[in-house]
Amino acid sequence: MIVNPAVIALVGGSAAGGALLLVAAAHGVAVLRGWDLGSGSQRQLELERRTYLVSTLLGFTLAFELLSLFLFVFTADALAPQFTGAMCAAGSLQASPYGYPVLLLKLLDAVLAGLWLILDHADKQGYDYPLIRVKYAALLLLAPPALVEAGLQAAYFAGLRPEVITSCCGSLFGEGGRGLGADLASLPPALAGGGLAAVLLLALGSALVFLRTGRGALATGLLSAAALPVALAAVVGVISPYVYELPTHHCPFCLLQREYHHLGYPLYAALLLGSVAGAGVALLAPFRATPSLAEAVPALQRRLARLALAGLGVFGALSAFVVLASGLRM
Amino acid sequence: MSFIVLEDVRRVFHQGRPDELTAVAGVSLSLAAGAVTVLRGPSGSGKTSLLALVGGMARPTSGRITLDGHELTSLPERFLTEVRRRTFGFVFQQFHLVRGLTVLENVMLPATPLGIPRAELARRAAAHLDRLGVGHRAGARVDWLSGGEAQRVAIARALVNNPRVVIADEPTAHLDSKLSLEFLEIVAGLKADGRTVLIASHDPLVFEAGLVDRTITFRDGRVEADTR
Amino acid sequence: MTARAWLERQRALLDFTLASLGRRPGKNLALLLVYALVVFALASTLLFTAALRREAALVLRGAPDVVVQRLVAGRHDPIPAAEVARLASIRGVSAATGRRWGYYFDRGSRANLTVQVPPAWWGGDGEVVVGEGVARARRAAPGEDFPMLAASGHFIHLRVREVIPADSALVSSDLVLLSDGDFQRLFGDDPARFTDVALTVPNAREVPMVAEKVVKLIPQARAITRAELQRTYESVFDRRSGLVVALLATAVLAFAVVAWDKAAGLSAEERREIGVLKALGWETSDVLLVKLQEGAVVSLLAFAAGVLAAYAHVFLGSAWLFAAALKGWSTLSPDYRLTPDVSPLELTTLFFLSVVPYTVATVVPAWRAATADPDEVMRS
Repeated sequence: MIVNPAVIALVGGSAAGGALLLVAAAHGVAVLRGWDLGSGSQRQLELERRTYLVSTLLGFTLAFELLSLFLFVFTADALAPQFTGAMCAAGSLQASPYGYPVLLLKLLDAVLAGLWLILDHADKQGYDYPLIRVKYAALLLLAPPALVEAGLQAAYFAGLRPEVITSCCGSLFGEGGRGLGADLASLPPALAGGGLAAVLLLALGSALVFLRTGRGALATGLLSAAALPVALAAVVGVISPYVYELPTHHCPFCLLQREYHHLGYPLYAALLLGSVAGAGVALLAPFRATPSLAEAVPALQRRLARLALAGLGVFGALSAFVVLASGLRM
Repeated sequence: MSFIVLEDVRRVFHQGRPDELTAVAGVSLSLAAGAVTVLRGPSGSGKTSLLALVGGMARPTSGRITLDGHELTSLPERFLTEVRRRTFGFVFQQFHLVRGLTVLENVMLPATPLGIPRAELARRAAAHLDRLGVGHRAGARVDWLSGGEAQRVAIARALVNNPRVVIADEPTAHLDSKLSLEFLEIVAGLKADGRTVLIASHDPLVFEAGLVDRTITFRDGRVEADTR
Repeated sequence: MTARAWLERQRALLDFTLASLGRRPGKNLALLLVYALVVFALASTLLFTAALRREAALVLRGAPDVVVQRLVAGRHDPIPAAEVARLASIRGVSAATGRRWGYYFDRGSRANLTVQVPPAWWGGDGEVVVGEGVARARRAAPGEDFPMLAASGHFIHLRVREVIPADSALVSSDLVLLSDGDFQRLFGDDPARFTDVALTVPNAREVPMVAEKVVKLIPQARAITRAELQRTYESVFDRRSGLVVALLATAVLAFAVVAWDKAAGLSAEERREIGVLKALGWETSDVLLVKLQEGAVVSLLAFAAGVLAAYAHVFLGSAWLFAAALKGWSTLSPDYRLTPDVSPLELTTLFFLSVVPYTVATVVPAWRAATADPDEVMRS
């Protein structure tokens, strides 16, 4: 087990985040059961007021999940020296089977909270709470991954065994020596790079078509959503080696370091923004037919499509720049 | 021309509890645009509760309220507030100026969340203060205003969003006769602007004034008399 | 709402928030102070351990790749000089050097000194080079007499040649360097034995293999690699600071309760003010935004004040408040300066330990305050 301030912060933060979501879900259940917009009763008024609390809680959840995603990577990075063969976060995460699942769950939580807030924002534009049931049913789906993540994260830190010298025994070594953390999934660069370029161009194209004609909301959403995993794979497969100028260095986390000008922050922020906003375009598509949202949803979709265009565009441009400016040729 | 229409509006506090209180017990009314209407009646007769309902501050327990043909009753608070702050201006009995802020800041308050550029809003607020003759007090803290000044500031504040309806609750309760007459002059000005004015008062000076178009008398949450 | 109007709205409400905070300085100042204090305590711990960790890494960079010690009955025992040559012959080892070092308890200053024969002693017999802390404790300046009690029971008189400056010297502060001969005179050491042997292994990949061979070659030996030392340091620092933070967690919890209490217990004046705003046409989300901005401003101020104070405390004031608790190095606390550095890891950790609990504690009270009935002020 490893206990240090960052681990305490992460475990406590996830517990707090999970608690916020549970509180939000409890209010959500109350709203789902007692909702009656036609009633002028005190009860209905109170339920309407609870929706403000739930929106606020979800906003905080999103912020906390995003920060906790970064803190988790920082922490794993700082723990690396305690494991034989681990050079950075990539190695520490592999020191336990829970490492990468926790990271992916955190990412999932942030994406889900972002999508929920898009839904919430759309709902607020309609005078009759048109999405209230959809929204609060979806809210119930958000709590389980967050709780699983909190549990797995605790298990991850509890299961870590740093290899240190103890006073009783002599030479103590990690069994395998080096090389354990190095073999992250590495794709052929041409395939990863080509796939990324294709998905990005298609997503950007369909967002443009959507902005021009109002058609292709679903395609924009699916392609933007697909861009997230494809881009992450490409970061590992192609982009990282170009940044580090080392064909064998595939780590997606070192990009956050000072040595590489903190390139990871704008890169990942743009990607996340673009993917979530783009997915939001498709998420809202079914509600264009709702009478009270007939004006608001298309306007919101257009704004999201522009955000997706900006986010994915910046990500693509940064990636292209990195590859072109790199001294590495593969 | 019916601007605001109430159909069998009821307002019950603490519904279903032992201390249940019916403040408004089935009122149907229609109010014309551009008129000065006074609601009179003893305290506890339900006139203040009715003002709150008409002004969109509270939702009726039952019944319907429409404004210009649009129903307000079932609107969520968010949209009701939106309608309210663009349509109604309120002058409260105790004025309710926010202490510690200046006169100008108080007048700007109702428009603060609307996203109007600050300079423009300040200009607008100052214009209202000038018109009401308290422009020179703009930078003063409201804590140091006299009763008459405080009311003029409260009226300027009610007007800052350029509402079509001005609602005043017992406006002369804290004023002497001279100041009360000055208040009525201001009301005459509002009427001349084409605004609808709704006043709750049991002050004869108010409901016997010549500019009043209609007086509705309340007792026990019901309309007792309606004179035009 | 256009982007411009949205920004104007945030700005206008922020103006109101700041004015409203300024109008109640007493209430907010107390909370701010407690908040900043919590951040200060946590930040001092985090910055201090991070700095110690960096110092240790710096020290270890100069440490030998592998150190070979001999154990007898589980105790550390001097290693025969003859073994040095055998160790040097292991494939992958480019050099093996016998080292002499030990600890000396100085009764005068009640401090434990580390006495060492450096690999290439630049002084002569009868001379010592001392760390800055030693010089301070013994008030020894270059050229002065430096008596030490030898194993024989008699004092040997050495002369201070120079003092090692205290630039970043957690480890060198308690150091006394002298010649091989003086070391043997001081401790009555057997000249045919060394305290331990340092091995140089140029290829880092061969280190585990070399260590294995050492144990095969000398069964009573244990080999300590630099990587293992580093891990041990890391783990010790981690556990110590984790312990302190765990202790501080109760303080954080108490603070969260205070924050919740403050946020929930609105004064009549504040309640009336919110009622007036609602009556004037402020929407629940407007008031909620003001309340959240209030929390954000308080958090920002407390966070900045706490971090800056901790920075000054750790890097300018040498963490004098709890250096003894966390360092536990030697009773001779060196007058060192830590290299200033703050990383995103510490700041994010700090944020999770202070701002997150505050936010979680205040969100529900803030929402409750914001949901006042608009017609409340008319009813009173």
